[in-house]
Amino acid sequence: MAEQESDTPLVRLDGISKHFGEGETRVDALRDVSLEVFPRQVVALLGPSGSGKTTLLNIIGCILDPSAGAMELDGELVLHEGQWQRRDLRRLRLEKIGFIFQFHNLLPFLDATDNVAIVLQLAGADRGTARRRAGDLLDDLEIGHRKYAMPAKLSGGEAQRVAIARALANSPRIILADEPTAALDSKRAGIVMDLLRNLAVERDAAIIAVTHDEKIFDRFDRIFHLRDGQLADT
Amino acid sequence: MNLAYRDIRHKLGRFLLTCVGLGLLLGVVLAMIGIYRGLVVDALTIARAPAVDLWVVEANTRGPFAEASRIPGDLREAVARIAGVTAAGSITYQTVEAEHQGGKLRLYVIGYELTRPGGPPEIAEGRDIARSHYEMAADRSSGLTLGERIRIGRRTFTVVGLTRNQVNSGGDPAVYITLADAQKLQFELAPAAARVQLARGTSSSSLNTVNAVVARLHPNASPDATAATIRRWKHLAAITQDDQELILSRSLVDRARRQIGLFTSLLLVVSAVIIALIIYTMTMEKLKQIATLKLIGAPDRTIIGMIVQQAMALGLIGFAIGATLIIGIKDYFPRRVVLEPDNVAVLGVIVFVVCLLSSGLGVRAALRVDPATALGG
Repeated sequence: MAEQESDTPLVRLDGISKHFGEGETRVDALRDVSLEVFPRQVVALLGPSGSGKTTLLNIIGCILDPSAGAMELDGELVLHEGQWQRRDLRRLRLEKIGFIFQFHNLLPFLDATDNVAIVLQLAGADRGTARRRAGDLLDDLEIGHRKYAMPAKLSGGEAQRVAIARALANSPRIILADEPTAALDSKRAGIVMDLLRNLAVERDAAIIAVTHDEKIFDRFDRIFHLRDGQLADT
Repeated sequence: MNLAYRDIRHKLGRFLLTCVGLGLLLGVVLAMIGIYRGLVVDALTIARAPAVDLWVVEANTRGPFAEASRIPGDLREAVARIAGVTAAGSITYQTVEAEHQGGKLRLYVIGYELTRPGGPPEIAEGRDIARSHYEMAADRSSGLTLGERIRIGRRTFTVVGLTRNQVNSGGDPAVYITLADAQKLQFELAPAAARVQLARGTSSSSLNTVNAVVARLHPNASPDATAATIRRWKHLAAITQDDQELILSRSLVDRARRQIGLFTSLLLVVSAVIIALIIYTMTMEKLKQIATLKLIGAPDRTIIGMIVQQAMALGLIGFAIGATLIIGIKDYFPRRVVLEPDNVAVLGVIVFVVCLLSSGLGVRAALRVDPATALGG
């Protein structure tokens, strides 16, 4: 569990709502969700299918427009009264958020190093620097011996480690994970969760994961239960 | 890093196979353009061969190619005496079928006067006809070789010279023989038939008949004015070289030209649709990767660049394969395939534009991809 929480949350949601459609077809995916996630915390979003977990993750990841509410990421007010305060949300994601996917989503035509380096290059690093830093990150995650391997040649656990390295490449303080262990067996799932916990502590980061994986529930500091678009339990 | 290049390298075999397929398609388009051009060039070849300025033919005809024309051979003397005419020659044209190597060989026989206009433009191999009878200069496409003997009509000719690319509008190879031989071939009756005609009292027709008299003019002479002078004579028509070429391209091969032109246009449209589909499919296969790129912060220009560069590479390599293929095999076609550098360049530009427009479809699809689709299964 997180040993100490700072006073400033890395993620703060205030009254976030999201609905799809209007009138009779209106569906309220999220209703007045407020939560705070602090540095070094690893939190889970739980809930049955259709409860709004992925919608919430997408809004925190700045890839879905909410209908109402406010959001602060790493101390910056990025959403106010349902309106984005930054025009370039892709740049915002590049700077502040790292993503870990259920099926690693590595680009199949780049080797492990370039899959990590591409994020650094998109942020403006030159190729040499990007590859060097990517190599260091892969070494940190104990996958350095596979740095020249193509994704198709990596095992599920190795690929997920490369994906984690990619998520960490720009040193974001917010990491969003969508079912990060769903494609792994319980041993590897435990290793990946331990790795994420250590990273949260080492990098003073917050990790928010959507998961159904009961075998890793004990690895989370907090668990937010969503039901019918509302935070039901914490 | 260049994502387009990395993606191509990752699936190099598949990409190259696609390029080869596209190359074959573009090769067919190029071949059709070449056949189209070849048809027009072939149609004009025989008319351009004597390098003359005027064609004097039977009155009220547009001969000797578009319509039949028969005029007395001695008219050549009269034409030669007209002011502005520097040289004139009588000429005959006739299509025959001869036995050759166990099969039928269609030949376009041109009879001309050895020292006058109307002969082959150049001899590529061997020599010009030197004797008054039974020598022939044949086009290489006939398959005849130097020294070969071939029977045409009731006489046997020896091939003494070979020409290059001398075919009529139907693609039949031209052979040149002396006017006297050609007149006998065309107008002399077989002995038995001649005896019948003699018995009927109708054998007075002269052998000295030709299809046209061609004339070269002094550089300062006006072809139109000279033609008008000749037309004033009774029973004669005069056609300038420009008008003769117009008749050949507009009238004689017009339907075939339009047919091939239309088919080529359709082929171009089909190629454009196929290129668009290939590029669109290539993009659709990468939607998840594009969504991931968007999610990790790649700007639109990175994604657009990847799609457009791949489309251009596909078009460029496919076009290079197609052009190389057709340039390599065009001489083996039964009829002439004429590919000028400007034809190839124009198709290259068309392929470039098609690829650019086609990549627009892929770009549109890519830009519509929701980055959220990268999340979840």
